[in-house]
Amino acid sequence: MTGTTSSRWGLRVLGLGYVFILLMLPLAFIFYKTFEDGIAPPFEAITSPDGLHALKLTLISVAVAVPLNTVFGIGCALLLVRHRARGSALIDAVINLPFAISPVVIGLSLFLLYGKDGWFEPGLAEAGIEVLFSTPGIILACVFVSLPFVVRETVPVLQEIGTEQEQAASTLGANAWQTFWRITLPAIRWGVAYGVVLTTARVLGEFGAVSVVSGSISGQTQTLPLFVSKQYENFNLPGAFGASVLLAMLALTTLLAMNLLKRKEDA
Amino acid sequence: MEAGTLTRSGAPRAGLRLPWVGAGLGRGMVVLYLSLIVLLPLAALTDQSLSSGLGHFWEQVTQPQAVKSLKLTLIASTIVVLINAFFGTILAWLLVRDDFPGKGVVNAVIDLPFALPTIVASLILIELWGDKSPFGVHIAGTRVAVVVALCFVTLPFVVRAVQPLLMEMDREMEEAAASLGAGGFTIFRRIIFPNLLPGLGAGVALAFARALGEFGSVLLFAGGLPDTQVSSVYIKQLIENGNDVGAAAVSVVLLAASLGCLVIVSLIQRWSNRHERSVEIDSTIMPFSGGGGDN
Repeated sequence: MTGTTSSRWGLRVLGLGYVFILLMLPLAFIFYKTFEDGIAPPFEAITSPDGLHALKLTLISVAVAVPLNTVFGIGCALLLVRHRARGSALIDAVINLPFAISPVVIGLSLFLLYGKDGWFEPGLAEAGIEVLFSTPGIILACVFVSLPFVVRETVPVLQEIGTEQEQAASTLGANAWQTFWRITLPAIRWGVAYGVVLTTARVLGEFGAVSVVSGSISGQTQTLPLFVSKQYENFNLPGAFGASVLLAMLALTTLLAMNLLKRKEDA
Repeated sequence: MEAGTLTRSGAPRAGLRLPWVGAGLGRGMVVLYLSLIVLLPLAALTDQSLSSGLGHFWEQVTQPQAVKSLKLTLIASTIVVLINAFFGTILAWLLVRDDFPGKGVVNAVIDLPFALPTIVASLILIELWGDKSPFGVHIAGTRVAVVVALCFVTLPFVVRAVQPLLMEMDREMEEAAASLGAGGFTIFRRIIFPNLLPGLGAGVALAFARALGEFGSVLLFAGGLPDTQVSSVYIKQLIENGNDVGAAAVSVVLLAASLGCLVIVSLIQRWSNRHERSVEIDSTIMPFSGGGGDN
């Protein structure tokens, strides 16, 4: 209807050309570049002590930040959808903040809160807890940046499923806990899973916020993305590309999971 | 959405309640979590920016390099958002209305910038378009690099915001217009475009917010030269130099701009809800909230 064949082809060339140059070419290039000299150099870089430590630290961040934000996300979504009250709009707005704020600004905020002269500094020093330049700071940064995903994915699904089944369950004598496990959670599981995938991807790749709070000390406070940047600065390209390919493969897995879950959600 | 109030004799509104805890305690916990994770750090940031007085704050924000970086950030973000509004709309149209081999792959790849760590993007871009470019295109370390990096990270926003609107759009209007003799471009301009406007606006505002704060992808590719320093890179440099107050001051300006973008998004949504343009609140506020699915 709209447009003739030639204008349709024009749009295809424009749109697909843009995607090709901007997204597909870089994606293909990273694999080509990494394995240019065989699999050994990137593999050695990742399996170096610093590389392995960075991988471990990244996985620890995921292991803490993702469950935390998942539990919070489901609870918060239930609250926002099923218990709308005054103030809910404000909670809603605050949840969106991490999407809009620069990661560096997030890192700096944590840096100022927990650093020397920070509000929490006296108490933390007394308790002997190090937050900055150590794992807790990295985890806090990851939790901050990835906070909205599960809430945002769960809210629309909760709205869509409505409350009829939950009411039926409660009429039949199920308590709140049973209703949640047997009715609500199964109904929202794909939405939650989608949120979890996005949260994981974000935590895996977080760079800006973590780079401010961690100090990026090799073998100590370096996550995988920080490792990439450090290796690049040290002119160790195979190392930078090795770690990048690992991250890119995780990103591709994420994309795959996103697509599968989207389909499940719509089914 | 209003919680149902259907209750039977004595039965509590089970299932409509948070398990373990009541709504009151649940709300308290949510507020506590948000305060600890998000609000307190931001309060500390604002506090620090003003710790040496408003005059000092202003002085830091109006430093020549601070102004230069803010200007570059704003201009580059504006250009990027315009480019992606154009290509994003075309891509959304192709993905919804057109059919071509590999469409599924293209649809999936659109989300790549959400999934790929920004520092990895920066590394690829500098190898691809830097001194060692296999195509002989050397733009690394220039302002063009800033624009390219930002185009990369913000591409999905517009596509994912426009796509659901296109899918839901009633084609009858277009058919009516065509039967009355309107050409393809006229139909787009007079019928499709106005209907896409709320999604396009929300997508653009979100992309703009993201572009304003982008750090990782710009860092290696555009570098920290005075001429190519966006605000987030400038802030990082101030932190490294130990100028916490200056860093906090510029951060507050950036923060205010991001908040402005969020406000615009929510205004657009309120407007479109009132006009019953079918923008689902949550599928547009975050374009990747499953908005790319079928139907």
